[in-house]
Parts: sequence; structure tokens; C-alpha cells
Amino acid sequence: MIKEYKGLVNIVGPLILVENVKDVKYEELVEIELADKSRRSGKVLEVMYDKALVQVFEGTSGIDIDKTKTRFLGRGIQIPLSQDMLGKVYSGLGKPKTKNDEILPEEFLDINGSPINPFARDYPNEFIQTGISTIDGLNTLVRGQKLPLFSGSGLPHNRMAAQIARQATVLGKNEQFAVVFGAMGITFEEAQFFIDDFKKTGALTRSVLFLNLADDPAIERIATPRVALTTAEYLAFKKDMHVLVILTDLTNYCEALREVSAARKEIPGRRGYPGYLYTDLSMIYERAGRIKGKKGSITMIPILTMPEDDKTHPIPDLTGYITEGQIILSRSLHRKKISPPVDVLPSLSRLKDKGIGKGKTREDHADLFNQLYAAYARGKEAQELAVILGESALTDIDKLYFRFAEDFEREYVTQGEYENRTIEETLNLGWKLLSIFPREELKRVRDENIEKYYKKAD
Amino acid sequence: MDKNGRIVKVAGPLVIAENMLGAKMFDVVSVSEKKLMGEIIELNGDKAYIQVYEETEGIGVGEPVFPMGEPLSVDLGPGLIESIYDGTQRPLDKIYEMVGDFITRGIQVNSISKEKKWKFIPLVKKNDIVNEGDKLGYVQETTLIKHYIMVPPYKKGRVKEIKDGDFTIEETVAVLTNENKDEEIKMLQRWAVRKPRPYFEKLSPEMPLFTGQRVIDMFFPIAKGGTACVPGPFGSGKTVIQHQLAKWADAEVIVYIGCGERGNEMTDVLLEFPELVDPKSGEPLMKRTVLIANTSNMPVAAREASVYTGITIAEYFRDMGYSVALMADSTSRWAEAMREISGRLEEMPGEEGYPAYLGAKIASFYERAGRVKCLSTEDREGALSVIGAVSPPGGDLSDPVVQSTLRVVKVFWSLEAQLAYKRHFPAISWLNSYSLYNENIKDFIIKNVAEDYFDLQGSSMRLLEEESELDEIVRLVGVDALSGTDRLILLTARMIREDFLHQNAFHEIDTYSSVEKQYKMISVINYFYIKAKETLQKGVDIVAIEAMNVKDKIARMKYIPQEKIASIDEIKKEIDNELELLFKNI
Repeated sequence: MIKEYKGLVNIVGPLILVENVKDVKYEELVEIELADKSRRSGKVLEVMYDKALVQVFEGTSGIDIDKTKTRFLGRGIQIPLSQDMLGKVYSGLGKPKTKNDEILPEEFLDINGSPINPFARDYPNEFIQTGISTIDGLNTLVRGQKLPLFSGSGLPHNRMAAQIARQATVLGKNEQFAVVFGAMGITFEEAQFFIDDFKKTGALTRSVLFLNLADDPAIERIATPRVALTTAEYLAFKKDMHVLVILTDLTNYCEALREVSAARKEIPGRRGYPGYLYTDLSMIYERAGRIKGKKGSITMIPILTMPEDDKTHPIPDLTGYITEGQIILSRSLHRKKISPPVDVLPSLSRLKDKGIGKGKTREDHADLFNQLYAAYARGKEAQELAVILGESALTDIDKLYFRFAEDFEREYVTQGEYENRTIEETLNLGWKLLSIFPREELKRVRDENIEKYYKKAD
Repeated sequence: MDKNGRIVKVAGPLVIAENMLGAKMFDVVSVSEKKLMGEIIELNGDKAYIQVYEETEGIGVGEPVFPMGEPLSVDLGPGLIESIYDGTQRPLDKIYEMVGDFITRGIQVNSISKEKKWKFIPLVKKNDIVNEGDKLGYVQETTLIKHYIMVPPYKKGRVKEIKDGDFTIEETVAVLTNENKDEEIKMLQRWAVRKPRPYFEKLSPEMPLFTGQRVIDMFFPIAKGGTACVPGPFGSGKTVIQHQLAKWADAEVIVYIGCGERGNEMTDVLLEFPELVDPKSGEPLMKRTVLIANTSNMPVAAREASVYTGITIAEYFRDMGYSVALMADSTSRWAEAMREISGRLEEMPGEEGYPAYLGAKIASFYERAGRVKCLSTEDREGALSVIGAVSPPGGDLSDPVVQSTLRVVKVFWSLEAQLAYKRHFPAISWLNSYSLYNENIKDFIIKNVAEDYFDLQGSSMRLLEEESELDEIVRLVGVDALSGTDRLILLTARMIREDFLHQNAFHEIDTYSSVEKQYKMISVINYFYIKAKETLQKGVDIVAIEAMNVKDKIARMKYIPQEKIASIDEIKKEIDNELELLFKNI
């Protein structure tokens, strides 16, 4: 039963309050008709006695108090879905951008989804080769993982994400990824970069794009990742596809959330963000994964720009607590023209241990990355020391580490945007760099791996 | 009169209902015809404020609320071990069977199977007088756990009837007579989660809880019945430490609470624990484990309840006389759930928006740990150790959850991002962490492990402390400016750090070190230091000592399997030989 009401009590920021309503449900979808007959959509944030508080996705400008009509549709926000969505472009709310993008829906699904039962999950352990050494070798991505890029404004995170989308394959299998791309508040140029790149590589035909650009209504962004992920879940778990979800930029999403929270006069948490930011973000990130007995999977690469490159800002901080690792881009490496500027030391993939090793990558992989990390960390320390004391004050062994850190950044971290390294190449490169050390410095490597690989790469 | 309440407000997980007179604080209610489970957290006139444990989408004003007339309780009885529950003790495997991959709402399912028959073996005879907590019999629940059926608290009497044979948990296994009234005892007990289970008296902990983790057992040990917290920024390895403890701690029962954390981590536990083998018994670790999984995307109110559900189950096994260890990962998410509910209640916030009662709640949670004399006429001791992970924003230890926790726990394992970046795991800072149990467990260790255990601990810590001071100097003037003895300190401290403290959780041997092995390892390093210092004083150059071959042997001690640990002692001989050679060569 659809209920229609005329007139509002008040309008505050993105929220409107409707009175004398009956049987309105929490999170119900609302259609708002303005005086000029144009329509907007909203959802119920709170019901109290005969009042309903509604958040308007397209913003409240132009809405008036007495002529506006609200219709409560008796259901949550659902989107139409079909496999034909591949290759098409939608708004941040899942509405077709052009006539061409319309589909004959096979199914309607609620955008909030339901939590995956932890018991139903299958552990992500299939190695994805991205062709980027710093990811494959040191922060291995696996199918079903959520691995964000922590970046800053002006850093080439988009290029890196596009490179991952372009090159990602699972070794020995010829399955194709579908890409679901959710843009929240990014500029037209940034969005166009992805579209062009997808077009150029032919990926566009297996991509679904949801675009909420910087000049689109801010509140709509709250729905965008949910719409994108509902589509991804549909493709992955109903159509058996391997879906790579790229969400950018989560910082804009969180700001929209803050706007709503402020309009509701909620008690703010850190930096004005609502106290439930963690829970809200987890509802997005936790939708990545694999499910027992299902062929498809959802791998997620959310991108966020850290305000002032501050990793302790609530958005990267809470994200890091939910996602399975993070790839951090560094401004200082970027200035040194090292590209992609992955800051190796604080970057991490939590699921790498299950995705590497014999039968997946190679038996020496775990030892090798431990050793590379340790050596690079010590090399970095030596570099700092050398800044104060001069290089000559270092011990002989520290000089080796010093040199190693430089070589490592120049040869291992640096790679071309279209350079697709196989995992073998990445691993051998690691051994080549380690070969400057005497054998007993390689404490993190098992004897049998030293026998087999030390000074034998090339 | 209409006994049901009526909803007047829905705001996220908080629902307010009127016409609720007669309902009690913390009573469970069933919300709307969808039968969502909720709990009353505030009463105001005839209005009840209810936190709902499931998604409230689609709930509206006017829908009914049905009081259930009892507080949030858990089912206790055979069948708990090897289960995986959500925050309100609904079995996730059963939910999976019922509704598939995604958790839907309003599912009613038994926490423990009421159909399964267990073989009950009596331990008392007819006409015995039994008191609360006394064992009536037992069920061999798994190969590792004898599940004792005890007289429930507050009950006692003469055994009028005791059975022997196969029963479900709802069938009567004994009848007690007390003051001419008969009381039927079943294997199933219910207990309200927010109420600690009673015990006879609390005792000070005196046994160490060995974890197989060198930095913990050797430097910052926890006692059986003790409390510990692991705060650290993301990526510093809190969860790996919690998993390692759940795997290798020498407790008899493990309760692992995944509170508001990642779904894949729980899957990891579920897949890994049945495969891993307990070093003592050779049985799969799952046979002593209960899992509570309320992942971050599951309803926030159930997250608040999950720690109580977990600790009540843990207390129940403690009452049987077991040593139980409970891991809660992460208590910050629990505190955030409290904050969210508190915000919806429009309570005046304390620090960082957390409710003013945060500290009290945290303290009363950890206080449920302890070594106790169980309720029983026989002399029976149980212990419940609690280890909570804390996830402070940005790793900032001034966070109210960290500070409230540090006020109550006795062991502090401080995780540092700097160590994690260097891939020094476990990233427990040796300079900031502490344990207040050293004194408690001293007698036990000296008697059972080694007399000089604490001497070695002290001298090693001193070396690490001196290293941190020397590091400052090195940073200013370079290592060449240091004296030979100072450089030896740096060398040995590096050995302690890299060859002892560093432990690879994913290496098949290194993942667990028995306390004997740990002792042998640290004593080799200390032996090296003492002998090298002597040789140094005899005039051997430090550079020669720094280049000794035996260093490689020391570095690889950690990979020596348990059955060959005697060979660690032989390294001492090699140290002697090589040092002697160096001395001869000058």
C-alpha cells in the first residue's frame, strides 16, 4: 500500500520531517514530489509516533514546506539487476544515465544486502597476479580480499587502480574479471580517465559503472557503494563471475555521512564523523569475499585520499581496521619519481600468507618477502643514519643495506605503467637484489631456499 | 489488558515501545511480528528503550513488542564445544543450514542441539547429599573435554534418583529432594549473561599460562586466571597474537570472541583449528574451542552482547574446574557498540563520545576473570584468563578504551607500528610492555622450569634497555665511536631481538616454542654475552667477535624442532671453541 502525504514540518540540510504519517517503516524508500512535479527519492532515517525523518538523496534545494508531496513506498531501496548491465553506465543511485543504459531487470535486490554468515565464507586464498611487484611480491592480493589504496591528493592512485584492473589475472586460469566501478564525488576528469582506460583495453564491455561525480548531489553518495556492491553480489553469487570492485573516493562518502549526521544533531565522534562510522564502513567493506560452493567472488579495492596524508585520520584509520591490509602511497617516493610510489614498509596484505607458497606462487615466496622487508627496513635506517653522520660513518654491513635500499626502490618498486611482471620475474628480482648480502645476513630464509635460490637467480 | 507493548520510535538499533509497564531492566523482548530479539536497556514511565539485536529495517510505529520475561541468557550444557555462535548464541552453522549464505532476520534456532543424545555417566549415588556446584556426572563431549554436569547454583539436596545412559540435554538425569520438594536436574542450564556465575572464593593466580610465544612467556608472562590486553594500531598483529594464543596457550578450554572484526578472520579460525593439533594431547584444537563470531557487519547491539555471551560460557567451564582462556578481539568494537547505543539514547557523552559508564563496564568485564575455588563440596579450582585486544584510533594509547582497560588488567602487551613495519613480529614492544604476574608465578617457574629463569629475564631486559640508550648515541656519533663492550651490548641485544623475540607465526616450527626451548635459547644468548665479554677483556677485537660464525647457529636455534632441543645446549660449546680460537689468534 502506498501512502501519500502533502506538506512537511521542516527541512534541515538534507533531511525533511513529515508529520501525521501512519505505518511508516524504518529505512523505507520515499518518493518526494516537488511543487514543479519533479521527483526525488529519499529514505526514512527515523520514525517517531506520527513523524518520519527522511533523508533526501538528491538534496533539499527547491523543496518547499506546504506543496511537497511524499509517498512512502512500503519497501527499502531496491535496484533492478541483470547481466546486461555490463558495459553500461548508471548514476550513483543506480539510475540509467542514457536510454541505452536501460535494462530488462531479471531481479530486484535491496541495496543494503545482508551480512554474509561467517560460517558460509570460504577463505580467500587464490593468488591474483597484478603484475605489480610491490603488490605481488610483498603485499599479495588474493581473490575475495578487500585491499584499499591509501593515497593523498595529487598521487597517482587512479593510475595504479587502473593498472590493477587491467593486469589482474589468476595464474593458470583463463577466467575474466568483471569490474564494478563506483565513483563517489570524484571529478569528471578522474572518472573519464577510468572510462577511457577501460575503453582502450576493452574492459568496458565487462564493467558496470556507477558515477556520482563531484557536482552530483552529495547525499546520493551514501547509496552509491551499496548500489555498486549489490550489483557485484548479483554478478558474483548469482552469475558466477569474479568481480573486482573499485570504489573511489571513500573520503567523499564519509563526508556525506558526516553531513547527514550533523543535520540530525547527533553526538559527533572524532573530527565530527559520526560514532557509527566504523559500523557503516564495515557494512560496505565486509561485502567482499567468497562463499562456500559459489564460483564467483568479490575482490574490493577501495581508494581513499588521506586528508593531509594523515594515516590516523578517522577514515583511513577505521578503514585499516576493517580491510585486510592496505597499500599506502608515499608522497616522498612520488617526488623522487619512483612510480608507483608504494610505501612498502607500512603497506600490508593480511591475507598474503594463505595465497602464496608452493603450488600458488613459489615455495620461497614467504621467506623472500620477510627478508626483503627486513633488509629494506634496515636499509632505510641506514639511510637516516647516513643523513646525520655521512655515509662513511656506516659500518661495512650497513653500507650494504644502504645500497640495497636504493637498488630496491629503483629496481623493485619502480615499474612502468604498462609493465606487467610475472610472479617469477618479481621473485627472481628479489633474489637478485638480495645477492649483495653475505649468506648469514639472510636470517629469515630457510636453508633449503638459500641453497636453491641464493645467488642463482638471473 | 493488552500485555504487549507498542512501538513509538525506531532509530537504527534502538526501538522505543510504550505500554511496557511490568517489564524489567535487561529483559529480553521480541520486537514486531518479525520476532526480532531485543533487550530493554532503559525504562521511563511505561516506555521501554530496547536495543535490537537484528537489523530494524522495515520496522515501524505501532508494531507490537512481546516481553519474554527473562533477561538475556545463554544455554549451557553438552554441545557447546566446537560450536560457532553469533553474539546472542545463535549457532551460525545451523543458520547456514536453515537460510543459506546470508544471515536473515528473526531466525529462531536452538543454541545447543536438543535432539542429540549424550552418554551420561553418573558420579554420585542415590541418597548422596549434594550441594550447589557438585558434580552429578559427566558426558565425554569431545576427546579433550569431559563435560561435568553440576548441580546448578542455588540448588542442593539428597539424590533421590540418578540415571545412567543416553539422554538429550532436556531430559532429567537426576532428581534431588530438598525439604520434601523434588527438583529435576537436566543437563541443560540457563544463565543470564550479564550476571557473573558464582564461585566459592577468588584466589590469586600463581600458575603461568604458557603460550609458546617467546616474548610473552619469557618477558611478559600471563598467569592462569590473569588478565591481559593487547592494544595496537591496525596492521600491528593483534589478531595474529590472539590467534596464536588461542592455538597454543596451555588452557583446557578456549573461548574465542570475534567481536566486530572481519568475517574472513573467523573463517580462518574455522578452517584452521580443526587442522591444527594441540601440542600436548595431539588432538585437533577445535575440540577444546568455542567460537563467538559477531563480525563488524552484523548488528551492532548483538556485538555489545557477544562479550557477555562468551564470558558466561567461559565461566561455566571454569566452574567445572578447567583452566579456560578467553580471547576478545576486539574490545574497542564492543565499546563502540556501547557508544552507538548510548548516542541513540541521547545520553550525555563522556570522553570521545563514549558513555560515562565505559570504565565501569570494562572493569566489571575483566573482573570476571580469575582463579577461583569453585562452588562445590570437593576442593576444585578453576581459572579464567581473559585477553582482550584493543584497537585505539591511530594507535593512540590515550584512547579512553585503552586507558580504562589498563586500569584493570595486569599485563600490557604494547604493539608498535614501527616494529610491524620492520616485520618484527610479534610486534610487542619490549620497552613499553609490562606484566605484573612475575611475582605470582615465580615459585612455579623456579621449581618447574629453571632456577635462573628470572635472572636471565632480568639480564636480557637490561641489555635491551641499554641498547635503546646506546642507539641514541649511535645516531649521533656512529657506531665506531663506541667502546668494545658497548658494541658487544648492541650485538647481543640484536641477537635477543632478532633471534629470540622475533617469532614467525606462519613457520611450522617457529610458531610454537615450548618453555624449555625458550629457556635454552635465552640462556645460549646470555652465555654468548658473558663469554664474549670475557674474551673482549682479554684483548680480542670486537670486530672479530662480530664476525663469529656461531652467530648463524644462534640465529637458527628457533627452527630447531622440539624433539631436538637438546642440541641447543651444544651451541655453548661452539661459542667456547670459537672464542678460544679468536684469543689464540691475537
